[in-house]
Amino acid sequence: MTALPEKALTKRRAPAKVLPGFNLTLGYTVLYLSLIVLIPLSALVFKTFTLTWDQFWAAVTGPRVMASYRLTFGASLIAALINVVFGLLVAWVLVRYNFFGKKIVDALVDLPFALPTAVAGISLTALLAGNGWVGQYLEPLGIQLAFNPNGVVIALIFIGLPFVVRTVQPILEDAEKELEEAATCLGATRWQTFTKVIFPSIAPALLTGFAMAFARAIGEYGSVIFIAGNMPMISEITPLIIIGKLEQYDYAGATAVALVMLVFSFILLLIINALQAWQRRHTGAPA
Amino acid sequence: MSAATLNPSARRAQAGTTEPAWVRYTLIGVALTFMFLFLVLPLAAVFTEALRKGFGAYFEALQEPDAWSAIRLTLITALIAVPLNLVFGVCAAWAIAKYEFKGKAFLTTLVDLPFSVSPVVAGLIYVLMFGAQGWFGPWLQAHDIKIVFAVPGIVLATVFVTFPFIARELIPLMQAQGNDEEQAAIVLGATGWQTFWYVTLPNIKWGLIYGVILCNARAMGEFGAVSVVSGHIRGQTNTMPLHVEILYNEYQSVAAFAVASLLALLALVTLVIKSVIEWRHEQELKAAADTPPERPLASSPGALA
Repeated sequence: MTALPEKALTKRRAPAKVLPGFNLTLGYTVLYLSLIVLIPLSALVFKTFTLTWDQFWAAVTGPRVMASYRLTFGASLIAALINVVFGLLVAWVLVRYNFFGKKIVDALVDLPFALPTAVAGISLTALLAGNGWVGQYLEPLGIQLAFNPNGVVIALIFIGLPFVVRTVQPILEDAEKELEEAATCLGATRWQTFTKVIFPSIAPALLTGFAMAFARAIGEYGSVIFIAGNMPMISEITPLIIIGKLEQYDYAGATAVALVMLVFSFILLLIINALQAWQRRHTGAPA
Repeated sequence: MSAATLNPSARRAQAGTTEPAWVRYTLIGVALTFMFLFLVLPLAAVFTEALRKGFGAYFEALQEPDAWSAIRLTLITALIAVPLNLVFGVCAAWAIAKYEFKGKAFLTTLVDLPFSVSPVVAGLIYVLMFGAQGWFGPWLQAHDIKIVFAVPGIVLATVFVTFPFIARELIPLMQAQGNDEEQAAIVLGATGWQTFWYVTLPNIKWGLIYGVILCNARAMGEFGAVSVVSGHIRGQTNTMPLHVEILYNEYQSVAAFAVASLLALLALVTLVIKSVIEWRHEQELKAAADTPPERPLASSPGALA
């Protein structure tokens, strides 16, 4: 503390640390982060090192595991894309239009955040199974949405929706109407105004929401396992592969697959961070 | 048409920033249908399925001793996990929002990390640490301490998955509010604790409550991570979501949905509290905006900054 005033004179970059508690709070943050997150996660990496490369490769590229990657990534991608379309629509309707019950609809968007995933899983299954409210009308048409990959996509749409809505909504709220008026004055149709003026300004947020919904969908477990049917090679998601290996006491195999998932989620996290930084530059406002 | 001739400029300005009525109604209709199918129906299904055999069967299912022990364990877990993450969240937000230091961006990314880790992986890492074959497994066994497949493991896994909730709410909030008020308090002779208690805390209280209720909802509802470390011992290591799974897999549909309905109620209460907080916060922002600048409201300086 004694050296600080001098420093503040020579270096005008940051204000001198007047506020107390830096060492205490940063120290506790790093300690708690290490104990709860970093050391346990490093256990995963170290455990993987007990495998030889061939063993690791065999564990993460077995036919059942490969099928689960295809399902997990494919279904997550489809669900996130559907969420981008409907998430944008819901955000647009909530920001731009007035209708009865808007406040309730707005609050309800967060339901997937608040509803435990297992509850979502069994209730979606109850709806879509052959004798369910929705399933009974679809079955005669030959459409089956439960106990197959369709069910996985539907559960992931449910889980991911708020991510897109909640990232796009504030950007739409802050959008300047003057730009749209100017576009109209200059002779643009409403559709041109949307595609050339509005859409570019919300594209970064839309992409961030997509990435967040996608990242969440890849790791999702609770809502999916009830509705998926969990048939090997067909409707088995990657997290379930990990659980299956654990139940057979194949700890090393489970760890290897988990490491693959962890690497993917870390890459996605970095992408999302970069997207958010881009979005902040784009809108010029601290988010 | 008559409106257009009466006030052409107003109509044109309207047309510049909105769509024809039929487009508006179609978009609202499609959005509401989507919300109804994906959000309202599943929620309604929980309560309908739970009450399928009437209120008698519903309350009978909830009075089962296993259901009770699951409810108790869920409450205990949340009671430990939420305060732990609350203390961490406030510390992390204070360190990250109030100071500049090297590696701040990296630290913020690490705080977010548990959000992007699959819950199953979150459970697995504690099995690798404390399980029979894990790092501390032999030592724990020698001292007869059980962490995995027991309550401590459930609490740890829950702490992991709810780790960033409160920190994430507070960091942007405290960054937006800046350090001016705290610095003034310190200069006027307040201690660090007094500054936090009387200056910072009133400013962040809505964000704090918001973070706590979201953290709590996730802590009580977590399934994947807890499922890996729990061991599924009925009446002992079953939380409510795990109990729902067991009942459901045993085809006790009414009982499963009865317990699930409690969790759905928790979700609804969470959403109501969240909406109320947002509403209160908006009111404060409005009040602050209406107050003359020389007399700003102490509770919402963020709006003025």
